[in-house]
Amino acid sequence: MTWPRLWRDPEPKPAYDAVIVGGGGHGLATAYYLAKEHGITNVAVLEKGWLGGGNTARNTTVIRSNYLWDESAAIYEFSLKLWEGLSRDLNFNVMLSQRGVLNLAHNLHDRREAIRRVHANRLNGIDAEWLDPTAVRAFCPILNIDAGARYPVLGATLQRRGGVARHDAVAWGYARAADARGVDLIQNCAVTGLRRNGGRIAGVETSRGFIKAGKVGIVAAGHNSVLAAMAGIRLPIESHPLQALVSEPIKPVLDCVVMSNAVHVYVSQSDKGELVMGAGIDGFNSYAQRGSFPVIEAQMGAVIALFPIFSRLRMMRSWGGIVDVCPDASPIIGKLPVDGLYLNGGWGTGGFKATPGSGFVFAHTIANDAPHPLAAPFSLERFTTGALIDEHGAAAVAH
Amino acid sequence: MSQPFRGASGGRIERARQLSFTFDGRRYQGHAGDTLASALMANGVRIIARSQKYHRPRGILSAGAEEPNAVVQLGTGAGAEPNVRATEIELRDGLVAGSVNAWPSAAYDVGAVAGLLSPLLVAGFYYKTFMAPGGFWQSVYEPLIRRMAGLGRAPSGPDPDIYDHMHAHVDVLVAGGGPAGLAAAGAAARTGARVMLADEQTELGGSLLGGPRLIAGQPAPDWVAAMAGELAGCAEARILTRATVFGYYDHNWLGVLERRADRLGPSGTPGRSRERLWHVRAKQVVLATGAHERPLIFPGNDRPGVMLAGAAATYAHRYGVLAGRRAVIATNNDSAYGAALDLAAAGIQVLAIVDARWEAALKAHDTIQALGIERFAGAVIQGALGRRSVRGVRIVKLDGRGDAKEIACDLVLMSGGWSPAIHLFSQSGGRPAFDPGLGAFVPGVSHQAERSAGAAGGTMTLAGALGEGYAAGAKAAADAGFGDGRAPEAPHVDAEAGLGVAPLWPVPEPAGGSGQRGKAFVDFQADVTDADVRLAAREGFEAIEHMKRYTAAGLGTDQGKTGNVNAIALLSAALAKPIAAIGTTTFRPPYTPVAYGAMAGRNVGALLDPARVTPIHDWHASEGAVFEDVGQWKRPWYFPQGHEDMAGAVRRECLAVRNAVGVLDASTLGKIDIQGPDAGRFLDRVYTNLFSNLSLGRCRYGLMLKEDGMVMDDGVTTRLGPDHFLMTTTTGNAARVLDWLEEWLQTEWPELEVYCTSVTEQWATITIAGPKARDLLHDLAPDLALGKADFPFLAMREATVAGVPARVFRVSFTGEMSYEINVPASHGRGVWESVMAAGAAHGIAPFGTETMHVLRAEKGFIVVGHETDGTVTPLDLGMDWIVSKRKDFIGRRSLARADIIRPDRKQLVGLLPLDGQAVLPEGAQLVLEPRRAPPVPMIGHVTSSYWSATLGRGFALALVAGGRTRAGTVVYAPLESGIVAATITLPGFYDPDGHRLHD
Amino acid sequence: MLLIACPWCGPRDETEFRCGGEAHIARPKDPDALDDAAWADYLFMRRNPKGRHRERWVHAAGCRRWFNVERDTVSHVITAVYPMGKPPPGEGG
Repeated sequence: MTWPRLWRDPEPKPAYDAVIVGGGGHGLATAYYLAKEHGITNVAVLEKGWLGGGNTARNTTVIRSNYLWDESAAIYEFSLKLWEGLSRDLNFNVMLSQRGVLNLAHNLHDRREAIRRVHANRLNGIDAEWLDPTAVRAFCPILNIDAGARYPVLGATLQRRGGVARHDAVAWGYARAADARGVDLIQNCAVTGLRRNGGRIAGVETSRGFIKAGKVGIVAAGHNSVLAAMAGIRLPIESHPLQALVSEPIKPVLDCVVMSNAVHVYVSQSDKGELVMGAGIDGFNSYAQRGSFPVIEAQMGAVIALFPIFSRLRMMRSWGGIVDVCPDASPIIGKLPVDGLYLNGGWGTGGFKATPGSGFVFAHTIANDAPHPLAAPFSLERFTTGALIDEHGAAAVAH
Repeated sequence: MSQPFRGASGGRIERARQLSFTFDGRRYQGHAGDTLASALMANGVRIIARSQKYHRPRGILSAGAEEPNAVVQLGTGAGAEPNVRATEIELRDGLVAGSVNAWPSAAYDVGAVAGLLSPLLVAGFYYKTFMAPGGFWQSVYEPLIRRMAGLGRAPSGPDPDIYDHMHAHVDVLVAGGGPAGLAAAGAAARTGARVMLADEQTELGGSLLGGPRLIAGQPAPDWVAAMAGELAGCAEARILTRATVFGYYDHNWLGVLERRADRLGPSGTPGRSRERLWHVRAKQVVLATGAHERPLIFPGNDRPGVMLAGAAATYAHRYGVLAGRRAVIATNNDSAYGAALDLAAAGIQVLAIVDARWEAALKAHDTIQALGIERFAGAVIQGALGRRSVRGVRIVKLDGRGDAKEIACDLVLMSGGWSPAIHLFSQSGGRPAFDPGLGAFVPGVSHQAERSAGAAGGTMTLAGALGEGYAAGAKAAADAGFGDGRAPEAPHVDAEAGLGVAPLWPVPEPAGGSGQRGKAFVDFQADVTDADVRLAAREGFEAIEHMKRYTAAGLGTDQGKTGNVNAIALLSAALAKPIAAIGTTTFRPPYTPVAYGAMAGRNVGALLDPARVTPIHDWHASEGAVFEDVGQWKRPWYFPQGHEDMAGAVRRECLAVRNAVGVLDASTLGKIDIQGPDAGRFLDRVYTNLFSNLSLGRCRYGLMLKEDGMVMDDGVTTRLGPDHFLMTTTTGNAARVLDWLEEWLQTEWPELEVYCTSVTEQWATITIAGPKARDLLHDLAPDLALGKADFPFLAMREATVAGVPARVFRVSFTGEMSYEINVPASHGRGVWESVMAAGAAHGIAPFGTETMHVLRAEKGFIVVGHETDGTVTPLDLGMDWIVSKRKDFIGRRSLARADIIRPDRKQLVGLLPLDGQAVLPEGAQLVLEPRRAPPVPMIGHVTSSYWSATLGRGFALALVAGGRTRAGTVVYAPLESGIVAATITLPGFYDPDGHRLHD
Repeated sequence: MLLIACPWCGPRDETEFRCGGEAHIARPKDPDALDDAAWADYLFMRRNPKGRHRERWVHAAGCRRWFNVERDTVSHVITAVYPMGKPPPGEGG
């Protein structure tokens, strides 16, 4: 079974109605929804490398919507609903696998916060369950729930609609669908400057020449600070290495996603049999897509404590991405203080799951020059007014 | 003959030591010095595994770490290890191995029917199918695919083995112990530099073990032994064998995995680590990691019996094993000619060399003619014949002239050129460069302090490897500060020509071919064919990373060591772009897989995040306390008596405190000794309230904010002297608060002279609380004046308590009269027992954290982490009284921001369920319209909730939007079990005026 | 893993240190003089440069002293280590 080319390889035109900077999942989704929902098809996505080559290609593919705060829950749940129809919408199997996400609680504080989140999720219309240790064990039999363990499992939240998807497929599916609606996907095209005309954006300087643009959306996870600086804007974002790793493929032993914020473990098993695992963030700023090995070592003891049968399994490949982290662990979606310039970034370690919703609301924001209602709370202004959406506690570092 | 393919002589095996092992349930014999692969080959076992996607029978391709096919399950039960390469397993007596991805065995695999579906399983097949209808992907197709997933099986239980870590700082690390690496290590060690040589094999020598070369007129192994001996004699040199340099990280930090015990048996030697992970910081690195031979791409190139030419030579020389009896060699370079001579000498009948080139090095040409080996010039193998094992080849001329010729054989050897093992170079941050002469990628400009030598750098001759090795070792040592950088003279070796590679990527289809030519594999393990690569290119996956991801080429357990360059070349051909423009994918650590256990090292079990316990812990444990984890600490949660449940124990403990006296081990509270002339001024800046005006010997509660205005920690601080304070923190935040204080002092206010010292571990804190506390303290410290005026609330006295010098703080978290008795930690247990003994007369009861929380909540006192979550300000908590308006402090400016002063922020309130028997769950959300369909607007949540034995009812604290204006309002907590209604009150349900504290 | 030259203890592994983020962000002398936007700038906005970066580190598992580091955020090469309160290399002082 063969397909024609999934997307064209066009030369950039001199001008577009809208230019999206960053050809990752979020940028491609933005372009797709600009075309589909708003009829704006004179759009270019500029990617300095290859489509989907940034964090889209480097994450651990966890999808869930069980966030604590109303603002987060709304956008992630909206996103999850889009996920649930995405393969058919794009006519491309993104291999969404809703096998359930467990978030473990290891102490009374974890448990209290987890139950708080379950209650909030339910009232927000998000499926959420609290499982006691026995139920956790039944759901994930290889998990060590021994009460005497260093990190005993006092219970877990379960979102059955959570799961994983095939990360590359999301980028490719959106790329193909956007291309089909006329969007130019331009790879190997680095943006080197943002040209302004007074208080308004005029276009982008690129490695392939100047491209005039009525509107410019920055969706360049990892590099958003660099791009904003081209317009003289500082952001509340810092870029850090985040590493992930896979084991050699083994026969299925883990049929759900297990996350433990307390010990920075998040793991699932892919359809190829690899255990896919994320590590903690390296503490320093970096644009190198490379982290320190001790960060991986540091979590292995906890991994083995939770999953004793993993000790003799072997890490086959590890890699790093650049995550752009906001002080409140929530993203920024909205207008920047230059007319026609928009930002969608700061997703930190949790952007993959938001891909469809993020693209949808960002497209709306660009098309209408006003934030989508779901995006409004995630404005840059919240850092001035103090209306932060702090997802550190209940959603925590590990996404 | 039990090992039909074992040569009569030769090899480095110990023929006198016979070993017995099983594979797929059948018993075989081998020898010490064998690998599992060489022993299986000696026994004529051809099918070792089944491929992942098509379940095709697969044999042994290589003789080393690059093996994609011969991957097995080793051992059974908890000590099992999946996916080990047979080419790397040292044979030992009793070894049990089995095939992966095959049932019941590799030879007879039921899953092979998957091969019949192969038209469906082309590159990208997942994405194009299974979308409709109605969720069949997840309910039907994905489970089927998952059943096919994986190679081996996980162990059945916890790992019986241990692992450890070692740290080494070296001047020169040499990765690889072949000719170049040995020369480099030797040259570096002679300068006196501290040298580490790590090689993945069981013995040093690398490629020299697999061939008949002479060095200085002697067999190469003699030179290897001499070099090893010399290194062993250098005090500053360390040789690690069975040790793989697997990762090259920043600032010349490398990981080395040393396998120490697997050869000893399934559970090794008790107490000996199975693997050791070395953390190596090297001033200089020499990469002498050799090269991997490439397969040729022709239909059937994966059939058992088709293997790499150099590997067959290694099996013959090193293990005395014949890879077959009648061989045809296919090549595009001169190295295969040497292999042909080797194999002929070892007893394999070499029938033909099929050389894609018209010319070959003259000398080799003459020699093979003399041996009667037929040479097909300008020819290729059009296909390998046979299914379960190769039984012949079909040879065609590249120019299409003449008829195809079939030759029957049981061994087909491929030599598609050699790819330098540039993995570590690439991991170091260097960019590979394409060398068209070699048809391979070689190291480009160095990014860190490293240099490559020998085949790893693209130098394929022995003389070149030795020369480069000596030079690299000497230069590395000099750059690390040892020696003059001049290379020792290399020993003489016979001259040899270069490889003369004429890259031949896919074997072209013959003119007028049917297209049904069978699968030609690029990546064996991932079952990626040349057609898959071309398909990916046609569909627009033109970036090498796209092609890799779309086809899965290079994503198997071998990470594409043999296949990647071929895949890149195929993509280059498909796109008609030069290979250099395609580039490589990024090489990721590790070079070969590393066990999770090895990465964890000793940081497992009890040594993983060791629990902290107080000096009184053993007493609590012996009394049957139930503990909770708070930060790293174990704290008694409650002390059940007899068959008491938690509720009963807590009720009893609460009443004991309210009516008599209770005792709490509060030793885990953080304690920071703060001294210096500016200590008071400093505390004014870190607390919301004033401390510089605190009187000597008095205590004050303080609240600490982050700069964003959110509550960070709280605790009582006491003035011990004019320039001396003792701060207490919450149990979980002690380290963080110390960090915080030191950061501000050093980075922002270096002009303040203040010294902070953690004294948490130095003091045991025994809190007695209750109306009888004063009487009890009098019994323990009869000389201490305890009257209301002598020792008022919020004062500290030094005294002798139970015979031990103590600091006694009259503070209270429970709302009762309370004394915190601080004694040196070593006296903690003794004083605790004295308290218990003296307290018996007063009806004392030990109590845990749960009772403490109930009692403080009755008072409306907050706990950081219950009532706060990083989003709560002191104003939200109704604690304006503690926020100074007269001074600046960390976080103050943030409290004036627009969204922080909004009246509808969540504020701390009390809650009384309408049903007095009800106890709300902590974390319950509060709404005004409980019967609405989601999303239901939430106005707050329950932060703390308990049964109060004192009040005889349930009660709670909560954060509710605009809560202080809602007193008297009924709110609802919709629970799974029903809706609980509660009335909002002000927090504080017990002794609101504090009479009991001040008495 | 970075090798960081603590000014007091010499070169040590990164695991002994903690990174404290961007250096040379002075706390405003009079916070009340700042409007909310200027205060937010101090609190949250960061340069986050790609390339040369000045940041603070603390030798947390060593001497517990803070100091400044100049490091490239792409190559991770450290080009200077200098005390708190001192200007970056080549920038006055």
